[in-house]
Amino acid sequence: MSTAPQTRDGGPAGADGALHRWAQRWSAAVAGTSYVPLRPEEVQALLLGLLRRLVAAAAGGAPADVDGVRPDGVEVDGPEIGRADVGREVDGSEIGRADVGREVGAALVDAHFTNPRSLSRTLAVLLAGDVHCAGNRTGWQLLVAAVAEGFSEALQERALREQQEILEAAGEAREQARQALQVSEERFRAVFEGATIGIGIGDLDGRILEVNPALVRLLGYPVEEFRRRSVRDFMHPDDADRVWRLYGELIGGARQHFRLEKQFLRASGESVWTDLTVSLLRDGEGRPRYQLALISDVTALRQLRRQLEFEAHHDPLTGLANRTMFLRRLDALFAAAQPGDRAGLCFLDLDGFKAVNDTLGHEVGDQLLVAVAGRLKSVVGDRGDPVARLGGDEFVVLVPDSSGSDQLVTLAEEMLAAVAEPVQLPSGQVEITASIGVVERSVSGIDPAELLRAADMTLYWAKTDGKSQWALFEPERDARDLTRYSLSSALPAAIASADLLVHYQPLRRLVDGRLHGVEALVRWDHPRMGLLGPASFVGLAEQSGLIVPLGRHVLQVACRQAFAWFGARAGGPFVSVNLASRQLREESLVPDVRRALADSGLHPQQLQLEITESAVIGTDPLTGHTLDALSDMGVRLAIDDFGTGYSNLIYLRRLPVDELKLDGSFLRGLACDGEADPVDVQLVASLVSLAHLLGLTVTAEGVETRAQAELLSSVGCDAGQGTYFGAAADPAAVARLLGLI
Amino acid sequence: MDRPTWVPSEVDLTRPSAARVYDFYLGGSHNLDVDRRMAREAIAMWPDLPAIMQSNRAFLRRAVRYLAARGVTQFLDIGSGIPTVGNVHEVAHEADPQARVVYVDSDPVAVAHSRAILAGNERTLVLHADLREPDSILDDPSVRALIDLQHPVAVLMVAVLHFVPDEDDPVGAVARIRDRLAPGSHLVLSHASAEGRPEQAASHRQLYRRTATPMTMRSPAGIARFFDGFDLVDPGLVWLPLWRPDEPGASHQQPHRTTGLAGVGRRG
Repeated sequence: MSTAPQTRDGGPAGADGALHRWAQRWSAAVAGTSYVPLRPEEVQALLLGLLRRLVAAAAGGAPADVDGVRPDGVEVDGPEIGRADVGREVDGSEIGRADVGREVGAALVDAHFTNPRSLSRTLAVLLAGDVHCAGNRTGWQLLVAAVAEGFSEALQERALREQQEILEAAGEAREQARQALQVSEERFRAVFEGATIGIGIGDLDGRILEVNPALVRLLGYPVEEFRRRSVRDFMHPDDADRVWRLYGELIGGARQHFRLEKQFLRASGESVWTDLTVSLLRDGEGRPRYQLALISDVTALRQLRRQLEFEAHHDPLTGLANRTMFLRRLDALFAAAQPGDRAGLCFLDLDGFKAVNDTLGHEVGDQLLVAVAGRLKSVVGDRGDPVARLGGDEFVVLVPDSSGSDQLVTLAEEMLAAVAEPVQLPSGQVEITASIGVVERSVSGIDPAELLRAADMTLYWAKTDGKSQWALFEPERDARDLTRYSLSSALPAAIASADLLVHYQPLRRLVDGRLHGVEALVRWDHPRMGLLGPASFVGLAEQSGLIVPLGRHVLQVACRQAFAWFGARAGGPFVSVNLASRQLREESLVPDVRRALADSGLHPQQLQLEITESAVIGTDPLTGHTLDALSDMGVRLAIDDFGTGYSNLIYLRRLPVDELKLDGSFLRGLACDGEADPVDVQLVASLVSLAHLLGLTVTAEGVETRAQAELLSSVGCDAGQGTYFGAAADPAAVARLLGLI
Repeated sequence: MDRPTWVPSEVDLTRPSAARVYDFYLGGSHNLDVDRRMAREAIAMWPDLPAIMQSNRAFLRRAVRYLAARGVTQFLDIGSGIPTVGNVHEVAHEADPQARVVYVDSDPVAVAHSRAILAGNERTLVLHADLREPDSILDDPSVRALIDLQHPVAVLMVAVLHFVPDEDDPVGAVARIRDRLAPGSHLVLSHASAEGRPEQAASHRQLYRRTATPMTMRSPAGIARFFDGFDLVDPGLVWLPLWRPDEPGASHQQPHRTTGLAGVGRRG
């Protein structure tokens, strides 16, 4: 083509140039009618080639197929173009010509001119062509008609082939999906059938569609019966309401799954505990369709759990509650106690049990303990909490809501009588007696440890008074005994050792509940007497003069602890330490305080010293001087237990006091239960306003209820202290309470 | 054993398929009645559609020729659809008969058809996978046997990412693929935008809700994000007919009417 003569517009000259231009027109006419994966010049080259073949055929028969006589040789009437029957001409050249036309039409489809518009435009361009190029006009028209025939035939072929292909592909895809599904179904089936966990599938109406063998084994119904039943038929009489509420939420689509422990009735009628998980299954559009239940038998697990729990709280020998269980019960009782509640304890110890063990052997000793346990259990019955064995040969019965000591004494006498009956053991008859300490008292104002200490003390009395008897707790005798046990002589060693503890009780601001300070309270963890409060030994310490080293010890410990909690902050919470009047008269007090502050790093304003009114009334010059020196140092001074003495506010005006602590007795009439006595309220209100007039802050002691706290707040009282805000406790417990750790 | 009734069938021939509808636009007959009905509805609303699809297919051909001419011999065509006229491997094999082509599609019918067409051709492979899990494509053992990620690969994502909604993170999927490609690899991408014909775009989106792959048309800036980490080769991200046309300088009337943007990026 490049060697042909060129016309001015760049195309070949002469007849070939005309052919080129014709092909260009054709190319432009069909451009865009179909997607053809060719560049425009490639399209034009293709069409030029086809045009050459047509022209050649029109001019003198088909160049490639001159003697192509059709085997059928059918005749037609003339040049008229019948229904795509152009090829059926009598003349051999006409037949060859038609073949070329059909081939050209098919070539167009092969090149992917598949749109009918490609054909119509092709026909239009070809028919508009120069007749002299095509020889006789009718022959050219027949040739063009053959192009249309070939195109249609090829297009139909192509469409049918492609339809066949896509349908085969769809079938193949379906078959593969089916096979994949079958594999996954078989896998699922194997899991479903082989699972040791019970699996059930139901619809949203509760109809059970499928159950696996494990579920059949678990509940004992045949598969057919499951299919007949509905999910709701598996309701158990002991089901909690929430089981079926959760189920309803799930079926309603509000919940995706739930899991809980539920009982089912087996076919045999017995109940089985299960761990049940029910899930909602949704379809591709997210609509709830089915429910899936996974059920496993946890009966044995529950039994084990209960057994472990039982063992943790029971004595393996006698089956009675153990110490852990008893202390937990005691703590619960105190925690729930209301003002005015009482409780009693019978604390029993066998007399001479050690001798039984030593002479008859431990086996007999154990048998005896089991027998005693059984008797105590039947005597006590439901007259108190279950009998507990605290260890060795100690047994205890807690009686909540006791009515008085008579009730406890009666019980103790029956217990003693029951134990005293001779015990028949395989090895022979054994006789034994017991002693009981009986305590019956109000539980407000004391803690469990105090109750236990009193019972222990009382049991000791019963033993020392001759055994085989009960003794009843007497506070006066207790106090005498404390002295008898030479607390004073043991105190110096206690101060030096770790037996003296400092507990703390929070003081809270009433207006916003923020921490005002903590009061330091000394405790003595006595090896024999248990935990002693200050009332038991501070008086003795004052008499002996030991109060000075004791007070110094407490001051140091308290300051260090306060610094650890609060740091050195002038406005921060303070620690309040009690001073006995004897301490006030000691010249060493001021240097002791200064030293404690310096050693701990605490700011002086974070230390408050509590003194009683009686200690400062009629002060000698020395005391006054001491108070001034402490005040000058910046230390806060508070009058403790105000209201128990002269309650002389005017006198206080002359002293450098910062705070007044109202004795708990003022609160007795204040909203314990029901209405507050208006006189009491007015009294407290007046005291508070007078104190404020003198520039003192007021802390109310013994606040036990929210009502009291609110009333105190309403009359302007600054701070409160008492069980409502937290009982005195060891530093770790207080730190937890205050959120300091 | 009975087939459990709660397991849905995977091949749903009652819904039109984007791949078969595309074949119809290009003049093929690899389509079903449901596809043709949807396509005719679409054309009635938007007569340009067949021209747009042709334009897109022509871009694919030009881009593959361009890369093959620059020595790229590995092609990964993700979202290849029905292997209709002008396949990637045909175009690539014109330049290098040793070129290797992997076709990936999520339409099981398109995959089955591709396998039938390409049976016996050892330099091509058809994988049934989802581009939202790119690692499942790149780590497939049959893919690894044909394509070496240590050497440049042309990743073709032609008219496919607009079938992935934003919540499926198509940008992340493309980035994941990019990070595993050797330097000298290319990304070939075309994507429907809502820019050229906003009024048609909305109704068209509506129509594709019938298929398993609804359409998300993106802004030019949104489409450009797919090329993060690639250097766009000339002429950049342009309307489909304007990307390296076969006849340089030929005037394209209203190229924006194709609403499709196309570009090729190179990983340096």
